[in-house]
Amino acid sequence: MDITQLTALELGKKIRQREISVREAVLASQKKISEQEDSLHCYITLNTEAALMQADQIQKKIDDKTLTSPLAGVPVAIKDNICTKDILTTCASKILSNFIPPYSAEAYQNLEKQGAILLGKTNMDEFAMGSTTETSAFGVTKNPRDPNRVPGGSSGGSCAAVAADECFYALGSDTGGSIRQPSSFCGVTGIKPTYGTVSRYGLVAYGSSLDQIGPIAKDVTDCAVILEAIASYDPKDSTSVKRDSYDFTAGLVNDVKGLKIGLPNDYFGDGLDSEVKASILAAAKTLEAQGAILEEFDLGLVDYAIPAYYTIASAEASSNLARFDGVKYGYRTDDAEELHHMYKKSRSEGFGPEVKRRIMLGSFVLSSGYYDAYYLKALRTKALIKQAFDNAFDKYDIILGPAAPTTAPKFGELVSDPIKMYLSDIYTISTNLAGLPGISIPCGNDHAGLPIGVQMLAKCFDEKTLIRAAYSFEQTKERR
Amino acid sequence: MANIISDETIDYVGILAKLELSDEEKERAKKDMGNMLDYIDKLNELNTEGVEPMSHVFPVTNCFREDIVTNGDDREAMLQNAPDHKQGSYKVPRTVN
Amino acid sequence: MAKQYETVIGLEVHVELATKTKIFCGCSTAFGGAPNTHTCPVCTGMPGSLPVLNKQVVEYAAAVGLATNCSITQYCKFDRKNYFYPDNPQNYQISQLYLPICRNGHVEIETENGKKQVRIHEIHMEEDAGKLIHDEWDDCSLVDFNRSGVPLIEIVSEPDMRSAEEVIAYLEKLRLIIQYLGASDCKLQEGSMRADVNLSVREVGSETFGTRTETKNLNSFKAIARAIENERERQIDLIEDGKAVIQETRRWDDAKEYSYAMRSKEDAQDYRYFPEPDLVPIVISDEWLDTIRNQQPEFRDEKMKRYKEEFDIPEYDISIITASKHMADLFEEAVALGSNPKKVSNWLMVETLRLMKDRSIEAEDLKFSAANLAKLIALTESKTINSSVAKEVFEVMFDENIDPDQYVEAKGLKTVNDEGALRSVIETILTENPQSVADYKAGKVKAIGFLTGQTMKAMKGKADPSEINRILMELLQ
Ligand SMILES: [Mg+2]
Ligand SMILES: [Zn+2]
Repeated sequence: MDITQLTALELGKKIRQREISVREAVLASQKKISEQEDSLHCYITLNTEAALMQADQIQKKIDDKTLTSPLAGVPVAIKDNICTKDILTTCASKILSNFIPPYSAEAYQNLEKQGAILLGKTNMDEFAMGSTTETSAFGVTKNPRDPNRVPGGSSGGSCAAVAADECFYALGSDTGGSIRQPSSFCGVTGIKPTYGTVSRYGLVAYGSSLDQIGPIAKDVTDCAVILEAIASYDPKDSTSVKRDSYDFTAGLVNDVKGLKIGLPNDYFGDGLDSEVKASILAAAKTLEAQGAILEEFDLGLVDYAIPAYYTIASAEASSNLARFDGVKYGYRTDDAEELHHMYKKSRSEGFGPEVKRRIMLGSFVLSSGYYDAYYLKALRTKALIKQAFDNAFDKYDIILGPAAPTTAPKFGELVSDPIKMYLSDIYTISTNLAGLPGISIPCGNDHAGLPIGVQMLAKCFDEKTLIRAAYSFEQTKERR
Repeated sequence: MANIISDETIDYVGILAKLELSDEEKERAKKDMGNMLDYIDKLNELNTEGVEPMSHVFPVTNCFREDIVTNGDDREAMLQNAPDHKQGSYKVPRTVN
Repeated sequence: MAKQYETVIGLEVHVELATKTKIFCGCSTAFGGAPNTHTCPVCTGMPGSLPVLNKQVVEYAAAVGLATNCSITQYCKFDRKNYFYPDNPQNYQISQLYLPICRNGHVEIETENGKKQVRIHEIHMEEDAGKLIHDEWDDCSLVDFNRSGVPLIEIVSEPDMRSAEEVIAYLEKLRLIIQYLGASDCKLQEGSMRADVNLSVREVGSETFGTRTETKNLNSFKAIARAIENERERQIDLIEDGKAVIQETRRWDDAKEYSYAMRSKEDAQDYRYFPEPDLVPIVISDEWLDTIRNQQPEFRDEKMKRYKEEFDIPEYDISIITASKHMADLFEEAVALGSNPKKVSNWLMVETLRLMKDRSIEAEDLKFSAANLAKLIALTESKTINSSVAKEVFEVMFDENIDPDQYVEAKGLKTVNDEGALRSVIETILTENPQSVADYKAGKVKAIGFLTGQTMKAMKGKADPSEINRILMELLQ
C-alpha cells in the first residue's frame, strides 16, 4: 500500500487505529517529496527534521488519547503566505526571502491544535499575484498531471502538492480564485469559504477585503473536516464573523433532491473551452439525475467583475505592500546612502514585475484626481455584483459553472499577457467581491487527460449546502 | 487605446509607490498601465448612480478591544528580522541632515 | 501708506489619549520604556498582523466632541493615509478622513478683546507614529516604535483665530476641557498635546484667504507665539516683495527661532486615502452616546459658579483653583475630608503656587494627595504644630507626598505643650538678655519680638508662638 495515496481522513483513521504511525506517514510523504520535488517544485521550504520531531510528540498525544481529532498526525503543506512561527515565510518573494515570523497565523494554529504536522511551505505566485505560480521568485511549480503545464495559481504549490501526493492536504488562500482555479487545473478539491469564516490573522495580506484561507484536499469530506478545523471567530481579526454554526461536516450528506441549481448563461459563453463546457454541463446533468432542479439564468455583470476586482485588489495591495521597505524585516538593498533611495532600491530589487505592476496600478487608482473615477467606481460595481448574486440566491441554492475557462495552459501562455491572465479568473473573481463561498471539484478530463473542475457557489454562510451538493456529486464518481 | 500614460505619470507613481524603474521597465509599465486602465474604463458603461460604494461585504460593525495591556516586552522577537539594528532600535539611513 | 495685514490662523491639535493600551493592539502606552519594549507585530507593521480598535479611544474621542459642542458621527469609519516614513511601520497611518467621529463644534475663548467663538471643523481618531533618534556618531537614524500606535485625536479648527493670543487662549481652553474629561494630560513639553499652525495673511478688509502654510514641531506656548509672529512676517515680506507664498509644510526650529520648508521631491503630498479594509465601521448608538454624555464631568464654568455659591473664598482663588482639574480635585477632596475651605484654598494659593513656581512644575503634576493636605491642616488647627513647622512639613509633602502625621511624629516636630518647661526656658532667656528686658521696659515694644524669637530658637521651633507671647508678657509685668 502506498500510504501517500490515502485521503487525510483515511490516514487519520489508520493512525488512530495504530495501523500506521505518525512517523511512517511523515516519512512516506517525505519520500514522495524527495522523489518528485526536483521535477515538480511544489515547496519553497521543507520542514524535514522538525516534522519528524513533531511526529513523535503528536504520536504520544494520540497514544495517550489527549489528541483524538480526525486530523491528528496527518501531514499538511501550507501556502507560503501563511505565517508559521520560526519557519521561513516568503510569499514567494525576494523581499521576504529571509523572513522568519515570530508568530503563526490563526488558521495554522487551529490546525496545530488538531495535531497537524507541517511538511513545508508551498510555492505560489509572488504575494498571491498571478494565476499560474510562474511569478514566484523561487521558480515555477509544474502541474503533476503534465509537467509542461502550469498548476494554476496562486495556490499552485499547494494544489500540486496535494495532486502529487506530496502531502495529505494543504492550505491555500483565495483572493480572486487562487484556491479554486489551481484545484481545477490539478484535479483536486478546494474550498474558498465565506469571507470572515477563517481568520486572516497571520495571512500576509494581498487584498484585505477579498482574501480568505481555505482547504485543498483530495475529496470533499477532507475539505469539510479541514474547514471545520481552521474556521473560527478570531478577536484578532476585526473582519472575522461570529457564525451561528461551524458544523461544516453536517453537509456531508448524499442528497440533492429538490436542490435548486442555477446555471448562469454568462459562465457558458465565448471564451469557455468546449471540452470544459461539456464536462461542466455533464456534471450538472449528473446532479439533475440525482434529483436536483436545473435552471439556466442570466447572472449579469460578469464582464465588470475583472476590472472592478483589479482596481480594488491592486489598490489594497499597493497599501498592504508598502510595509516592505527594508526597515523592519525582509530584504534591504546593499547600496543605499539615503533613505528614499534605500526604499526605492530595496523595493525595486525585492519585488517581481507582476507585483510592481499591481502596486503601480493600485497607487495610481488611489491617487488624487483618480480615486472617484476608478476606486469608488469599482466599489459601486462591487455593490451591484453583490446585489446580482443576492438576487440569484433568492432563486437558487447553488450556482454551478466552470472554475476556469480552460484546462491547465502551458508555461508562458498566460503570464506573457497580463490581461489574458486576468481573464483566466473570470469565473472565480466575482465570488470574492461578493464574499461568497465556493468549491472546485474534479468533474472530468479533457482529451489530453488534463483535469477539469466544476465550481459550485452558495450564498454567504451556507457552506453546508455547498458541501452537500459537492459531496453528492462526488459520490456519483468512482474513486480515482 | 484611450489611456496614454506619460513619463511624468510613471515617475509620479514611482514616487508614490517607492519603485524605481529602469527605462525599459518604464516603457513596459506605461504600456501595461494604459492597457489596464483601458480595460478598467469598461466600468464606465455601467450606471452606478445612487449606488453606495461597498468596502465591506457584510454589515458587521463595532469590533472592539477592551483597554487592557496584554503584551509584554517582545523586543527580541520583533527585532530578530531587522536588516539592521542598534541599541534595541531599527537602524535606517539618516532621515534629517 | 503701509498696508495693514490680518493674520488668519487655524490649528490642527493632536492630543494623545490617556488609554492604558495602544489604539489597535494590547501594548502599553506607558511613557519612557527602553526602545521597542512596548511593541508587537501589530504596532511594528509585521506582515499578516491586523488591528483591533480599543473601545476606550472611541469613548474619549466622543467625550471630547460632546464637550466641544460637536455633532457625533454615529456611523463612522477609519481610512488609510498612505505615505512612506521610517517612524510609520506600515507606511500608512490608520486615521479618519471621510467620516470623522466629531464634526461642527466650537469652543468659546476669552482674550483682552473679549469673548469669541472658535469653530471646530472636525475631530478624528488616529494612531501616533514611532520616534526617530538621530545618531551623530553613526550617521544613521534609529527607530523606536514604543509610541507607534498610541491613540491620538486630531482636533481641526476652522481658520477663526487672528493672533497668537487667541491661539493660546484656544489651546488653553481645549487643554482644560480635555484634562477635565481625563482624556489626556495634554502636556506640550512631553508631546501629549501638539499643535500645527495653519497660517495665512491678507489685507485688512479682504474677504478671500491668502495662501496658507502649515508649521509643525511647536513644543510650547512660547514656541507657538514666536512661530506665529515669525511666519506672519515672512509671509508679509514675500507679499510686499511681490513674491508668492507657497502652500507648504514648514518645520519650526525653536533654538534658531526660524522655520524651514520640509519640501522634498520624494514627498508627493498625495496620501491616497481609502477606507481601511481591516477595520469595520463604528456605530455609536443613542444609548451609548447617552452613557458617554452622562459621564461628562462638571466643567470649569459650572464649577466656578458652584464654588462661588458654596464656599466663602475669593473669586480670584476660585479661578486659579479651577484652572486645573487636578487642583480643583485636590480642593474638593480636602474639603470633603473635613478641612476648612478657606484653609485649603490658602494652602493652594500661597505655598502650593510658590513651590510650583520654584520647582517649575504644572498643577497636573502635583504629587501630594488631598488626604495628606487635610491631615496637615488638621495638625495646624489642633495646634499640634505651629505655622512655620507646617510650612516645612508642607514642602516635604509637596516633593514626596509624605504622610504629615507620621512625619511630624518621626521628626518630633510637635509643639511642646508643657507650660512649666516653656516657662523655665523663657525665664532663662530673660536672664540672658537683660538689655532686651530693659529696652522693653523702657517702652521699646519691638524687643518682645527678639525675645520671642530667642525662645522659639531654644525650643527648636516646636512652640506655640501665642503661648510664648502670653508667658513673656506675664513675666515682664
Ligand atoms: Mg493627522
Ligand atoms: Zn503593539
